[in-house]
Amino acid sequence: MKRSKLWAWITFGVAVAYFLVPLLATFEFSLRIRRGTYSLDAYASVFSDPRFQATFGYSLLVGLFAIIVGIFIVVPAAYFVRLRAPHLRPLIEFVTLLPLIIPPIILVFGYIRLYNTSSILPLTGSTFGTDILLVLAYVALALPYMYRAVDTGLRTIDVQTLTEAATILGANQMVILARVIFPNIIVAVLSGAFLTLAIVIGEFTIASLLNRPAFGPYLQNVGANRAFEPAALAVISFVITWGAMGMIQLLSRFAPKTAALTD
Amino acid sequence: MTDTSSLVTGSAAPVSTGATGSPRRNPLANFARSQLGAYLGVAPFLIFAVLFLLVPTLTLVAGAFVDDAGHFTFQNILDLGTPAILNSYWISIRVSAASAILGAVFGLIIALAVIRGRLPEGIRAAVLTFSGVASNFAGIPLAFAFLSTLGRLGLVTVILKTVFDFDMYKAGFNLLSFSGLTLTYLYFQIPLMILIIAPAIDGLKKEWSEAASTLGATKTQFWRYIGLPVLWPNLLGTVSLLFANAFGAIATAYALTGSSLNIVPILLYAQIRGDVLHNPGLGAALALGMIVITAFANVIYLVIRSRAERWLK
Repeated sequence: MKRSKLWAWITFGVAVAYFLVPLLATFEFSLRIRRGTYSLDAYASVFSDPRFQATFGYSLLVGLFAIIVGIFIVVPAAYFVRLRAPHLRPLIEFVTLLPLIIPPIILVFGYIRLYNTSSILPLTGSTFGTDILLVLAYVALALPYMYRAVDTGLRTIDVQTLTEAATILGANQMVILARVIFPNIIVAVLSGAFLTLAIVIGEFTIASLLNRPAFGPYLQNVGANRAFEPAALAVISFVITWGAMGMIQLLSRFAPKTAALTD
Repeated sequence: MTDTSSLVTGSAAPVSTGATGSPRRNPLANFARSQLGAYLGVAPFLIFAVLFLLVPTLTLVAGAFVDDAGHFTFQNILDLGTPAILNSYWISIRVSAASAILGAVFGLIIALAVIRGRLPEGIRAAVLTFSGVASNFAGIPLAFAFLSTLGRLGLVTVILKTVFDFDMYKAGFNLLSFSGLTLTYLYFQIPLMILIIAPAIDGLKKEWSEAASTLGATKTQFWRYIGLPVLWPNLLGTVSLLFANAFGAIATAYALTGSSLNIVPILLYAQIRGDVLHNPGLGAALALGMIVITAFANVIYLVIRSRAERWLK
């Protein structure tokens, strides 16, 4: 018993070193902008950069729209598959795996070819159209995570009974979905939303190839031109990712558990 | 709203059922309507999938077999055979395979240590939470982090040089290389492995190792004949998933190496940006090659996973 504990501690120690040293080194590097002394000047320089504010705000907005569109697409599908169309489940689950199979660069290359100015739906022809395309690309990117989060949420409530009760009270399917099911899975939906945000906020490939002024291309640009600001940006990005994941952990404590009878 | 009112009036005269009605009175009509409702509910999802996942990908697949004049051709596929392109595929496959296999091995060992190594309670939860964060901490910031750590001016490089008098870069290490990129990819591959394999390790019942040791099996024998064979399908499946994960990644490599390390996604990125191959069809063929490889890796994952699940039943 003693021996198994020792190797576990050693493994754990090596893992902690591998995962924490880059974080510490990045933080240390971000403080080195002034010769001979530590300072937060790199952070000040990042936060006061108008391009930082503009691109971060833009990515946040695109992410929010992606979340909203994702909810409208995923929640009804997951609900009806669970309640009335279980035979569609394999198809839907295959579709949610597609964004993991098709790399983002392939997806955006396809969009550029399919929705160019000479096509039926010339989304890349205008700035607004390209923005829409970027939102939809992020919806696609986040689809597996959003679907899994919503489906997990639906599993923890008794969809069948809630629907029957609401039907008896005279609600139609839209009302049931919006005012009975949705409030019950709001925590799961928010988990999916934060995960979506964590994925899309620093996304580079799609935003860059669609030529949109998003946070990811900005990061790349700073990385190519500055020495210490990139380290500060990496620390900031890590804090954002950590924050999004922390919100998901926090939210899971508020998840309603009416009954797990279905399934 | 009309449904509610009809039900309210209906409650006075139970014979007239409203639009929603009672499911028992006319099961067939209700079934038909609810099926229609179900399909309407699933429709946006499927339409989205067709327009923004399937058709764009199929467009590229088709584009790989069309020449400039719009005629069918295999020339684009044959043109992939140039040394530069073959080389970029080869680097990509090597980096993805190395980071997938090493990520799986280290991830498994860490997960085993945390779950079965009798470490204090809180560590397991902390490791899983951190894995959730680190597996999402990919892309450009990850490249920055490793440049600050192992780059020429990075903390570890500098400490090794000043304290231990060891110059990594003179010893042949280079972050902007195959080994450097693999080391960086492990930062999101290992946590992903931990997240995927942890439930499988939980599935190894305590009774099995107790039964084995009662029968006189050593620890090694337990892992050789019971533990690893049970985990094996999960391991293989996860390796192919990690492979696909690394194969499609571009941002980390691009921020780390610029275009000095020509992995396929970076070559494709340059092609989309500026047609560096001077042939749009060749770009589509390049994409087709990527689709085939990642799809192949994922099919292995799906097949193995379904087999593993069947076995567990």
